[in-house]
Amino acid sequence: MAEFDTTTEVVVAAEKVRDAGFTETDAFSPFPIHEMDEALGIKRTVLPYLVFIGGVAGLLIGLGLQYYTHVVEYPIIVGGRPHFSLPAFVPPAYEMTILLASFTAVFGMLFLNGLPKPYHPVFNVPRFNLASREKFFLLIKKDDPKFDYDETKAFMEDLNPQEVFDVDE
Amino acid sequence: MEELKRVQERINPPMVEGHHDYASVTDKISDITLKKRTPFGWFIGFGIAFLLAQLLLMTVTLLFAQGVGIWGNNQPVGWAFPIINFVWWIGIGHAGTLISAILLLLNQKWRTSINRFAEAMTLFAVACAGMFPILHTGRPWLAYWMLPYPNTMGMWQNFRSPLMWDVFAVTTYALVSLLFWYVGLIPDIATLRDRANNKYFKFVYGLLSWGWRGSARHWHRYELAYLLLAGLSTPLVLSVHSIVSFDFSVAQLPGWHATIFPPYFVAGAIFAGFAMVLILCIPLRAWYNLKDLITDTHLSYMGKIMLATGLIVVYGYAAEAFFAWYSAAEYEVFMMRNRMISGPYWWSYWLLIFCNGVSIQFLWFKRFRESSFWLFVISVIVSVGMWLERFVIIVTSLHRDFLPSSWGMFAPTIFDWTMYLGTIGFFFALIFLFVRMLPVISIFEVRTLLPDAKVDRHGHDHDHDGTGSVGS
Repeated sequence: MAEFDTTTEVVVAAEKVRDAGFTETDAFSPFPIHEMDEALGIKRTVLPYLVFIGGVAGLLIGLGLQYYTHVVEYPIIVGGRPHFSLPAFVPPAYEMTILLASFTAVFGMLFLNGLPKPYHPVFNVPRFNLASREKFFLLIKKDDPKFDYDETKAFMEDLNPQEVFDVDE
Repeated sequence: MEELKRVQERINPPMVEGHHDYASVTDKISDITLKKRTPFGWFIGFGIAFLLAQLLLMTVTLLFAQGVGIWGNNQPVGWAFPIINFVWWIGIGHAGTLISAILLLLNQKWRTSINRFAEAMTLFAVACAGMFPILHTGRPWLAYWMLPYPNTMGMWQNFRSPLMWDVFAVTTYALVSLLFWYVGLIPDIATLRDRANNKYFKFVYGLLSWGWRGSARHWHRYELAYLLLAGLSTPLVLSVHSIVSFDFSVAQLPGWHATIFPPYFVAGAIFAGFAMVLILCIPLRAWYNLKDLITDTHLSYMGKIMLATGLIVVYGYAAEAFFAWYSAAEYEVFMMRNRMISGPYWWSYWLLIFCNGVSIQFLWFKRFRESSFWLFVISVIVSVGMWLERFVIIVTSLHRDFLPSSWGMFAPTIFDWTMYLGTIGFFFALIFLFVRMLPVISIFEVRTLLPDAKVDRHGHDHDHDGTGSVGS
């Protein structure tokens, strides 16, 4: 793992790591860096599709609940409206759509990120607590097919980092 | 060059003033929770708010023991204070999501310094709002009857009723606001975890941050999730107060039955919400010395939004009067005359026009917009005005029924007031606790505002292959 001072340095280094053919990599930063997605070759997440499915499910559950209530289980005439009074059913169905889509967005994000995960080997690096403050870190994992301890370490030293650390497991 | 720079600063004023880097903004915000001694004023403020919250507890205890008869609610004014306060609080609760969602989608960078505590304000205001309709039912221990579940009574809810829509809208709003707030907090709680010296705090913040480590892959999904939440909250925030306004406008009562209600209520909610954000952030930035982060520019922008939404609200008042006249319906005409001139509550209408219509006109002038004192004063007046607006809508419409035989008057009792004051205390007590325990400003988003945060390739002799910036 290598430490950097600025966004520009870490992004440039990440591009070099990608171009050298490493795939099992990660970067850590105190705030999102948009350029990093491209620099590390991160694929676009499937999250938006999940959120869409969540929203559609919410809509169907909302409408289904009201249909079941007013047409099947407890048909009762209120104000001369038909049993299935769609315009009046829009607000609850709409709110259910938003609710389920939002839940999917948040919990889907946490699930895809593999969180909660209170312990992770990177936390063993003493200086890593600066990743949530001001420093930027670049990691090459040892299960990368191109990983070789000495070569990779030498390669990382060449990236002009502040320092290179080993991550204990 | 100097000239050019000045013009640029006018168009695009810096959102972080002073000389700051990632570490200094981090320290500035997180030290409030971790390092600094709690200021004496905090204890005084929290103490007063906490005492007022006890007033709420006592009133609710009495309410449970004796029933809604302790309030001034009567026939024909059955809604009275509980619903006035419900609508007032839920209106205040709208600015938070507006700031975090709509301004995010509009790429308004100035939202960054104020969104966190505006969202907290939203949550606490919605918590206060939620209490009122439940207690107003008279048998609050049966409030779960509003949820659709198969029950032994064999009964189901009537989904054609706006009151049922309210249940769905307010519940959804509360939950989604909570999620939005919490998702924004995760990276900042991780910062607190990494900076806390006390091992218990470290443990608690560690749990709350879900093990966030700032991985690029995580940030990628995080930003998308945040953007999607903003996209989902935007129609939500507009729908919630529209649905609250349906509680009124779907009824046939003159003074309630108007098509202008949904947009006029939404504008009023944002208006009241920004007033409350200003009431909170002006003392906050002074006491905690946050003027570099919440600058005068921020206050001035909020003043402008208050002016714009306030003018929409005034348009709503004018439209109501116009409808009454143009409809030529005798009950409508009577209601409006009674509300403005001949009725016993005429003073509340003109006080409302003063608070919401006249006082905001000062915001046209830069002098008032850039003075935190005047902004604070105007915000307090507006908060009172927005409460009066709901008083006018509810009480003056109800107290003159269609038949003169069912006319009546409304006078609040002491318990109406203690309950209202009690929720104000509860609200501020929660705000004080929030300021003490969590970062009041979104740290990671402020970091992105710093000039260093931009990736600058020009300084490097790197043969870049056209991989420009990627928006996600």
